[in-house]
Amino acid sequence: MAQIQTQIPVTVLTGYLGSGKTTLLNRILTEDHGKRYAVIVNEFGEIGIDNDLIVESDEEIYEMNNGCICCTVRGDLIRTVEGLMRRPGRFDAILVETTGLADPAPVAQTFFMDDDVRSKTKLDAVVALVDAKHLPLRLKDSKEAEDQIAFADVVVLNKTDLVTEDELRDVEAAVRAINPAAKIHKTERSGVALNEVLDRGAFDLSRALDNDPHFLDAHDHDHDHECGPDCDHDHGHHHHHGVSPIHDVGVTSISLRGGEMDPKKFFPWLEKTTQMDGPNILRLKGIIALKDDPDRYVVQGVHMILEGDHQRAWKDDEQHESRLVFIGRELDGERLKRTFEACQA
Amino acid sequence: MPTVAPLDLDGHCVAACWLAGIPHFALADGVIHRLDNGHKWVEAHNGLLAAMPDADGKRLVTGGEDGKVLDIGADGSIEQVAEIGRKWMTSVATGPRGAVAFASGKTAWVKLPDGKLKELVHPRSVEGLAFAPKGMRIAVARYNGATLHFPAADGKPTELQWAGAHTGVTFSPDGNFLVTTMQENALHGWKLADGKHMRMAGYPSKVKSLSWSAKGRWLASSGAPAAVVWPFLTKDGPIGKAPVELGTRGDAMVTAVSFHPTDEIVAIGYADGMVLAGRVADQKEVLLRRAGNGAVTSMAWDAEGRRIALGTETGDCGVIDVAG
Repeated sequence: MAQIQTQIPVTVLTGYLGSGKTTLLNRILTEDHGKRYAVIVNEFGEIGIDNDLIVESDEEIYEMNNGCICCTVRGDLIRTVEGLMRRPGRFDAILVETTGLADPAPVAQTFFMDDDVRSKTKLDAVVALVDAKHLPLRLKDSKEAEDQIAFADVVVLNKTDLVTEDELRDVEAAVRAINPAAKIHKTERSGVALNEVLDRGAFDLSRALDNDPHFLDAHDHDHDHECGPDCDHDHGHHHHHGVSPIHDVGVTSISLRGGEMDPKKFFPWLEKTTQMDGPNILRLKGIIALKDDPDRYVVQGVHMILEGDHQRAWKDDEQHESRLVFIGRELDGERLKRTFEACQA
Repeated sequence: MPTVAPLDLDGHCVAACWLAGIPHFALADGVIHRLDNGHKWVEAHNGLLAAMPDADGKRLVTGGEDGKVLDIGADGSIEQVAEIGRKWMTSVATGPRGAVAFASGKTAWVKLPDGKLKELVHPRSVEGLAFAPKGMRIAVARYNGATLHFPAADGKPTELQWAGAHTGVTFSPDGNFLVTTMQENALHGWKLADGKHMRMAGYPSKVKSLSWSAKGRWLASSGAPAAVVWPFLTKDGPIGKAPVELGTRGDAMVTAVSFHPTDEIVAIGYADGMVLAGRVADQKEVLLRRAGNGAVTSMAWDAEGRRIALGTETGDCGVIDVAG
């Protein structure tokens, strides 16, 4: 019996109670999208489907005894994924639902830090469901709501029918201020196309950022003024003007842009920065132009966990520039900008 | 020359064991196979997560994805011990005088020899369970240590603390030591008389398989390119001592270990399916099985120490006859 070991993709679905997670889950379990999902939920609760691939598991945070938050994992996921993977062939992908109170970092880190889990699965994307009506309140009373948006590759801004256009614009600006790198979908009744949340390859370096050609493009998330892509005023600090009236700056993002980087300076800088600021960095993503290198270099990280690789050749019409976004708390934007720019070739 | 009678099954073997002298193979899909004058099987669970034979080697206790705990006889008979609903039953343990323990989430249950069921709720998930060799005492592996209960009495449990997640637990055969496997690549041990700590670290991967030698002088472990065998020859166990390494290979990790029932010889199973036997005294090795399709997950010697039931991740199970 020949065994071809393929890594099963894992989608993490975060969001508060009432954000529409169950509706989306039920759609994923019932709609014909060509894939069978094993679903790990915190509570069977309202999922109206009886399916032995739905597994209930108590969220269990495991810190390693080195005390590093970057090594913190979800023990229940290790156990459950291991159990599921003993019977492969029953499903094509795994979906992990977390509660509104869950910290998404240990969930994501489980798929990088645990050797057994990492050998059998790969994180596909973190999807955050956000209730457009209640987000302003959530952002005021919880750190978790902010963390979930900060961590997301895809934000589904749901229940847009319950807010006015102005309110929706503010909510979207708040999401953008927290996470300029995420893809946002505005929906009613969790009516997002499933291919926008499943099989995204957001952590796959060969695909990451490629399905978002406007990654960190200024006009994508700028609500203060109109400007074209060639506009040369400072887009480098969205933490300044990205702040929204409904979000009082816990998580910020620092978007950096530069020219070609000197690899001898850039890599030590990135390593030092993630070592030093790791606990405060929730996510980082970037496309880097390295000097004398025909290929794009892509990086991404979760806290101190850093992955990077050459992705593909720069296209003829692409500008050789480096773009990097840090999403986190208490980030020193001035220092990051200064030290990043000092790495330019 | 050792010979192997193969049994090709389809699926991950959770436990290979002997019941009444008959080799049994409990698969993750919930089917229990046995070689009893031909290949026979019984469908026990829809998804099996844990299995352990009882002390007499007559029955197999299993826990399933269906939330059931079953007691399976060598004739394929099934008796239900408990059912808790849809949650996974992730650990089972068997103890003296027919005692059975099982766990799901934060709760462990002990079925005492008189048939009474005792519920033990913990603040964190129960990861592993083990009965002490004597007396009605049970250890629970949990986050930040282990908890010891006397389930027949209503006393306060003993808490053994050590930072980190403990995923499995075993008592030494004399009951003097408790050893846990951890989420980090290490074992942790306690000398129960005085609570003295034993750190057994340095593994390149997680330790998933432990086995004590007959008199408890040695503890063999997986998780390295050799079977790492810790000495428990003195009252302080392995404190300050180096382990013996058996069957070192450059190209494959040890995934399962099983000590011979009387001699200080370990069956060593590897990630590529190979099985060696290694003798502690002179570190001599003998090949018992060539590499197969997948990692060895479970091995058990028969009572005479002549044959080994062998289970793998890919279902290429079998029985090794050591003498041939």
